[in-house]
Amino acid sequence: MNGRFVRNVLIKGLLLFTLFNLLWAVVDTAPSGRLSMYNSLLGGRERFPFGENPSESYNLSLYDLDAMFASHRLDGLPKAADEFRVIVIGDSSTWGTLLKPQETLAGILDRAGLHTPDGKQVRFYNLGYPTLSLVKDLMILDEALQYDPDLVLWPVTLESFPRNNQLNSPIVANNPTRVNDLIARFNLNLTPLEEKGGFWQRTIIGQRRTLADRLRLQLYGVMWSATGIDQAYPADYTPALRDLEDDQSYYGWQPPEFPADSLAFDLLSAGMQLAGEVPVILVNEPILISEGENSDIRYNYYYPRWAYDVYRLEFSSACAAAGWNCLDLWDAVPQEHFTNSAIHRDAFGEDIFAQEIVHSGLLP
Amino acid sequence: MSLVSILILVGLSLGVHLASLLPFTRRFRIQLLLILSVVVIYWLQPGLPIRGLDFWLPTATVFIAVLGWLLTAQPEERAYRSNLHTYFLLTMLILVIALTRYLGATTFLTPSRPPQIHLVIAALLVVSLFFFALQKLHKTPGTLLALAIFALLLLFILLKLPSLTLAASSTLRGFTGQSRELASAFDIRWLGFSYIAFRLIHTLRDRQTGHLPALSLEEYLVYMLFFPAFSAGPIDRAERFIKELRQPEAPGAKNLAAGGERLLIGLFKKFILADTLAMIALNGQNAGQVQGAGWLWLLLLAYSFQIFFDFSGYTDIAIGLGHLMGIRLPENFNAPYLKPSLTRFWDNWHITLTQWFRAYVFNPLTRLLRTKARTLPAWLVILITQLSTMVLIGLWHGMTLNFILWGLWHGFGLFINNRWSSAAHPLTTRVQARPALNHLVTALSILLTFTYVSLGWVWFALPDVSTSLKVLASLFGIGGGA
Repeated sequence: MNGRFVRNVLIKGLLLFTLFNLLWAVVDTAPSGRLSMYNSLLGGRERFPFGENPSESYNLSLYDLDAMFASHRLDGLPKAADEFRVIVIGDSSTWGTLLKPQETLAGILDRAGLHTPDGKQVRFYNLGYPTLSLVKDLMILDEALQYDPDLVLWPVTLESFPRNNQLNSPIVANNPTRVNDLIARFNLNLTPLEEKGGFWQRTIIGQRRTLADRLRLQLYGVMWSATGIDQAYPADYTPALRDLEDDQSYYGWQPPEFPADSLAFDLLSAGMQLAGEVPVILVNEPILISEGENSDIRYNYYYPRWAYDVYRLEFSSACAAAGWNCLDLWDAVPQEHFTNSAIHRDAFGEDIFAQEIVHSGLLP
Repeated sequence: MSLVSILILVGLSLGVHLASLLPFTRRFRIQLLLILSVVVIYWLQPGLPIRGLDFWLPTATVFIAVLGWLLTAQPEERAYRSNLHTYFLLTMLILVIALTRYLGATTFLTPSRPPQIHLVIAALLVVSLFFFALQKLHKTPGTLLALAIFALLLLFILLKLPSLTLAASSTLRGFTGQSRELASAFDIRWLGFSYIAFRLIHTLRDRQTGHLPALSLEEYLVYMLFFPAFSAGPIDRAERFIKELRQPEAPGAKNLAAGGERLLIGLFKKFILADTLAMIALNGQNAGQVQGAGWLWLLLLAYSFQIFFDFSGYTDIAIGLGHLMGIRLPENFNAPYLKPSLTRFWDNWHITLTQWFRAYVFNPLTRLLRTKARTLPAWLVILITQLSTMVLIGLWHGMTLNFILWGLWHGFGLFINNRWSSAAHPLTTRVQARPALNHLVTALSILLTFTYVSLGWVWFALPDVSTSLKVLASLFGIGGGA
């Protein structure tokens, strides 16, 4: 080994590294997010990957929607002739914070053994994701439609509606192309995101975080398959507040009305247009109705009573005006069945919620 | 150790390499190595909740090393003026590190703000007076050496036995005026002590038997504190290391290439393979969650390779750093999972530790039993020596029942291996005469050895006996899961 050899190794290594980076940037590598061990070597996940403590939850949060869908069991299940496919989108309460997959709304409904009048088996798929943004729901719905659903179940809550919050969630902010496409297609009243799609961003170095996340997602898939665990379940958690502040304001807004166009109901319309022929059931999901201090002013930590009441009126008006299938189940679950947030229910509360949906008659 | 820390160590090693190129700086190469090693042990010491302890522990490391030299050096060697210079350099260096306290709230050489300077000066004075008195000894009595070894072992037990460490933490918290109720066994994490203790015992014992070569203080300290091998080995022998230190490989492309290659291999093993496998390796958390024996085997397999790549990766990094400075460190791993017997596995796994135990436990114990207990049958001598050596190796990793069981697992394995080798010798000879059959038997032996070693890792990886037994049962489909 001599100096020339070292020099040659360094030069060749550098050249190859540069070449691979350039190739990666030039070739369209977007489909590589679909490369997955899930649904082949590993079992598909029952819900989207999301987790802030990967070593305990065997799960992680990533912004790559392709990789997220590729890890979901929906991606590995060709639709059977006798299947009636229902996708359930929504926020963390749909995803199932502190709930096991089978305890979530989709999990309970899927195990209920429902059948359509023509004998098809009704299968539910949990496509909830733990952030409160209707744009995020649209983004997921847009992708999910390629899986040929027969029905979309879409639980929502007021906290997902404020227009100024729509683009703040990390998964939305990190998918500017998808979001801007939705804004353009449906002429949404939102400011398009800046797209950082420069050449260097497309190299391996530029995409190192995405690539590392994809790899980690595969590895945690081993643990998910081995344990069936996709969330850390703390032995103890801080329960949702029941004693509330004496505060009427909601995002700085005061009673009796929201400022014009401050709630993004147009995103619900966009969702309906996006679904097209696929029927959608919109559900105003149950919230914690506190009986503690200042509960005459607020329902819970999130909502002053006036704001939520106005929202419910607007929600029912929008449903009636557009002829959407809507359910308002805001008070369906007693307050003792909420866990660490005013929208997170325990398994029993989730079961009540599911029964209400089943008995509403809107399901096939 | 983080990737950034390793890159900084690479930078330091390249600095030594450069210093070795120039005639003027080459003269100070050993001093430079000493200074860097001392600074690095302060820098790498993890932060500790007991006030000032993350400064005092590296300081204690340095002074224990000086004490080791005073006890092992011949009286005439101790008197050399150059040793006094080295000691002066050392104390000044510690003072400078302590003075970084006054650079502001942020510290860069120590994990937290060093203690007040008057405390450091007082400690240096007291220790120096003690060393001065010791230096006047005309001859180091054998009992003093034995006492030093005993004290090191006691300290080792104190640091490895959680109940004692907890008590020590509580006491130290009392000294510093911190809450004793918050004491934890993790409060006292002494970087590199396991390794430095073994190097010290080696020199003390070799001094007793007259095998230790003459070493100056700076040579002895560099041997003890050599930064590439300080925290994770290899545990070199003094006589071998000193030859390398005194006659290093000439700096140049050859060293850089060899060092760079080992570094890259080590970094790949540690940060790509081991850290990736760690995500799916068996541990105390997932052991009770896994559904099905197949997955459990996969997790165990991942652990087997994770521990190998982690440990051998660090060794590669240490060897690579050594190369950059012209010093060849001994190999610690030689494809251990590809060996066809447990004996061969232990000849190739953590080689320097195994050699240490062979030299200072196994061989002396065997000699002792063969001379003092002649009535014992040979097989019983082998059983006793194998079990005691392996249990001690287990205890070196941690003083818990699981490490003892891991030691017993390997002790019994080695004993059975030994008995089988003796009994099956004629059969082995016949098999070796038929190459195809020999290959098949070797392959099966490798598989069997690897499986046995992997099953042994269950004791090593898990925190308690109950979980380990459940996992072992579940691996064979017994019981309803771990």
